[in-house]
Amino acid sequence: MTTTTLSSTIERLAAASTDERVTSFHVRDVDLPGGAGKLALVTMDNGFDHTKPTTFGPGGLLRLQTALDDVTARADAGEIVAVGITGKPFVFAVGADLKDVGSLTDREQALALARFGHAQLRRLGELPVPSFAFLNGAAMGGGLEIALHCTYRSVSLGVPALALPETFLGLVPGWGGTYLLPNLVGPASALQVIVENPLSQNRMLKGPQALELGIADVAYEPADFLEESLRWAGRVLTGSERVNRRPVDRDEQAWEAAVAQARTLADARTGRAAPAPYRAIELVRLARTADRDTAFAAEDEALADLALSEQFRSGVYAFDLVQRRAKRPAGAPDRTLARKVTAVGVVGAGLMAGQLALLFAQRLEVPVVMTDLDQARVDRGVGYVHGEIDKLLAKGTVGPDRANRLKALVTGSTSSQAFVQADFVVEAVFEEMAVKLQVLADVEAVVSPQCVLATNTSSLSVTTMASGLRHPERVVGFHFFNPVAVMPLLEVVRGSQTDEATLATAFATAKQLRKTAILVKDSPSFVVNRLLGRFMGEVARVVDEGTPIEVADSAVTGLAPMPPFVLLGLVGPAIALHNAEMLAAAFPDRFYVSPTLRRVVEAGKSGFYLQDRGRPRPDPDVAALVQVPEQPVVLDREEVRDRVLTALADETRRLLDEGVVEAPQDVDLAMITGAGFSFWNGGLTPLLDRSGAASITGGRFLPPGVASLPGVGSQPGVRSRSGDADR
Amino acid sequence: MPRTLRDVVFVDGVRTPFGKAGDKGLYAQTRADDLVIRCIRELIRRNPQLPPERVDDVAVAATTQTGDQGLTIGRLAALLSGLPKSVPGFAVDRMCAGAMTAVTTTASGIAFGAYDVVIAGGVEHMGHHPMGEGVDPNPRIVAEKLVDPSALVMGSTAENLHDRYPGITRERCDRFAVGSQAKLARAYAGGNIQPDLVPVATRHDELGWGLATADEPPRPGTTMTDLATLRTPFRAHGRVTPGNAAGLNDGATACLLASAEAAEQLGLTPKMRLVSYAFVGVEPEVMGIGPVPATEKALRQAGLTIDDIGLFELNEAFAVQVIAFLEHFGLADDDPRVNEYGGAIATGHPLASSGVRLMNQLARQFQAHPEVRYGLTAMCVGIGMGGAVVWENPHHADYGKDATEEVAA
Repeated sequence: MTTTTLSSTIERLAAASTDERVTSFHVRDVDLPGGAGKLALVTMDNGFDHTKPTTFGPGGLLRLQTALDDVTARADAGEIVAVGITGKPFVFAVGADLKDVGSLTDREQALALARFGHAQLRRLGELPVPSFAFLNGAAMGGGLEIALHCTYRSVSLGVPALALPETFLGLVPGWGGTYLLPNLVGPASALQVIVENPLSQNRMLKGPQALELGIADVAYEPADFLEESLRWAGRVLTGSERVNRRPVDRDEQAWEAAVAQARTLADARTGRAAPAPYRAIELVRLARTADRDTAFAAEDEALADLALSEQFRSGVYAFDLVQRRAKRPAGAPDRTLARKVTAVGVVGAGLMAGQLALLFAQRLEVPVVMTDLDQARVDRGVGYVHGEIDKLLAKGTVGPDRANRLKALVTGSTSSQAFVQADFVVEAVFEEMAVKLQVLADVEAVVSPQCVLATNTSSLSVTTMASGLRHPERVVGFHFFNPVAVMPLLEVVRGSQTDEATLATAFATAKQLRKTAILVKDSPSFVVNRLLGRFMGEVARVVDEGTPIEVADSAVTGLAPMPPFVLLGLVGPAIALHNAEMLAAAFPDRFYVSPTLRRVVEAGKSGFYLQDRGRPRPDPDVAALVQVPEQPVVLDREEVRDRVLTALADETRRLLDEGVVEAPQDVDLAMITGAGFSFWNGGLTPLLDRSGAASITGGRFLPPGVASLPGVGSQPGVRSRSGDADR
Repeated sequence: MPRTLRDVVFVDGVRTPFGKAGDKGLYAQTRADDLVIRCIRELIRRNPQLPPERVDDVAVAATTQTGDQGLTIGRLAALLSGLPKSVPGFAVDRMCAGAMTAVTTTASGIAFGAYDVVIAGGVEHMGHHPMGEGVDPNPRIVAEKLVDPSALVMGSTAENLHDRYPGITRERCDRFAVGSQAKLARAYAGGNIQPDLVPVATRHDELGWGLATADEPPRPGTTMTDLATLRTPFRAHGRVTPGNAAGLNDGATACLLASAEAAEQLGLTPKMRLVSYAFVGVEPEVMGIGPVPATEKALRQAGLTIDDIGLFELNEAFAVQVIAFLEHFGLADDDPRVNEYGGAIATGHPLASSGVRLMNQLARQFQAHPEVRYGLTAMCVGIGMGGAVVWENPHHADYGKDATEEVAA
């Protein structure tokens, strides 16, 4: 592709994009302090405030080209001694616009975008004068890459987020990142940024870390970051300050070792189910010996392949779910109906109740009263919360004043009378309907008629629980996931009588608690536990029929954050068994209670694996509890995977048909935030569509293009709730 | 109990380049507080011997104390400059003499023993805060004829001053203004202005980031012919024009003051020693005459006469008020001791910040003129006041010899 055809492809893309927030590249001359001469300072700015960070779409890249044409000509003419580039306040630039890349339909277009980006960005490193990037704010992806192309970099100590997150979503840093970064900071640090951080819940670097890693040459405080950076640039240009960098160890063995280590990490995190990290690792490997042209061309190919990969499309879809849909829960009532919560009650003083009390106190900053049957339990419960606050204090997460405030907020009582002021009472007592009914009746006798009564039940009917009350309309399910402080998901369960104000208050409270709330219908085990129950049940059935645990576990890698039998250890066999039993009681035809699991629980084992120096190893005691059937059916990995995905497709379809949630998107959001299901699978339904498992339910869950490639030719249609294929 | 006064020294001073107020000005989209924060950080950076926690107070003047000049700007600027939270701060207002008052007030605190080290300065973003913003003049001003209504319009007070001194013609004022522009240009060429300027990154949403490294208002090469064509906005066929007066400007200043002992202990080199100061009220409608009685009072307190002053830094709010001062003291309009680097007519006059600019320039001139022992910074102040501060040159052979004279019993 020649440069001209490249430009015209990009122009066509720019013209086709109607909603690109086109980034401008303003160029202004500044006189460098210290008589160092004129620097052409480029400001990247999309014209919006920091809530809409600067991105690079095709239109923006064309403007970058114009700006670079301008500064190149002036550098050639000797009018400037250097070029600098920085961002609008609080933002440097956050890279390519995902919407653009995610909507490409043709590999040639993706390749053109990759090549054009390279062609422009690399000019910053190939000018006749030195270039400086002044990383004043958030810098991600192509934003960080533009800085990497520059000769020198300064970073503000206040930068909150600096990352190459591409592999998190299913791409590679393909505008020079995989080549420039390892050649700047060495392969180990580069792979930490390119692979490890993205695969660790998309961890970001902060300004000081960028300096430590050697990504930036110097760091300055935010108050006068640009002024001091320009002074520094002046000193570098006049030679009064030298830029020292740690030399990169180019030894082949060391380089390969870093690459191998990254592969091990990617295996552990993705089970090889996501192609992007591996492409990125391969590119970093190549960066040791490749020249710029070869390396950049390899990045172009990787970018073009991955931009048209199912995993990337699912990644963009998943990202959109957690960024957008999570903020506006589907089906939630008008938020103005919500009532103010100025005091909270927690029934129960056990571990779950303690976690809830702590969270409510931290986020709502209102008094929280915990109750239990006797003083000893109450003291234990409140003591647990105060102990957790002390831990936060010791870690420096909270200061002494804040710790005092939080502790004062959480008190205990043996009497429901303590709830008299409460606007929101959540119960976290034993999962037994009779107990719940009694508890709610006791609370109702004390609280105001508007006080919301929430239940943290994971499986019992909210409607039944409300049925005995004078005001059943104020009962709502509020199902947290363990550990409460970590898991983002909250299933908000609407009982048949739950009114709008109660529901609105529940959603408003969830938002204040900074949880991702999803509206679910009152149904057995709601969404996550039901799907996990079917998933685990199917794996257990396969194993009970004769397939080895290791085969079963490895068959579903990349689906959940860990293999099912490892997960089972984390959840606890007893809880898993309880969930299985509840579901089997509700749906005896589909859900399976494993006799092996029952034996494991009876034997008091805490899981199927032992932790051996951080790695799970099958527990031989548990292995002895597995009864191999007389005629074992040993499945291979493919067969296990098919069985499990088919079961999940079946259950997901039923769940949607029953109207447990509004849409497949809610299932995916729930599985991502409540069970840690993977972005590259879009949670669950995109994987079920992609693998073909959905077809046994009569059609796809999502239309082609929503979380997948738009596809060509005939595609199986989407089955609507009524059961007919509508496409 | 007898109390010993302590000597106060001017250690260092900086300022931002001054900009023109308005949408097209250098600082149109730069915050006022950020300007003063830049100055404070620069002082700390330039004086690394000074542990920041040793700063005992931060006084920042602003005429309009709302918006980005509000919230007790001295305190907030101290916090946002990264000074320790233990360092307090306050806001000062004496209109044009804000920074001068910040200096004299905190200097008095040093002399008294309340402080060892202070930062004093001022800021005025006249683009964000036009003169008279939000004012609500008391109706008694008119009803009781307490103050001539023209007293509230500075340009009108300058015209009134022309009435009082009929010998000061527009032509003399224009000539003075031409001189001011030429002297500033020479000072820039000689590198006498730049060392105390703090570069300021200026963001503009349509132009991107820039860097302010020099004053925006100066018009080097201004001629009498250029000035002759200008209109007189305050009076038809008057004498005061935009050419022979300071403009409307944005900018900030800050300086470091210390007791002589603290300076010595910390290894801070004094650039000037405070000798005396005075503020005096005059008829508000001829506020420009204020520096005359203020200077007389300050000289009297110091036991000096005008002949002892070897260098003058007079704020040029209006050429007419500087010439009135010179005429009063029998100095020529083009006396080389007066405003050697030019004045506010050329650099601009961001009201409350200007006092420290005068001090910066006097300090630099002291260095170049060790033969001069005493210098004066003086300025007129709106609503009829004048301020004057007499300084001693540490580079002079007799420096400090009779410092004991200031010891009170």
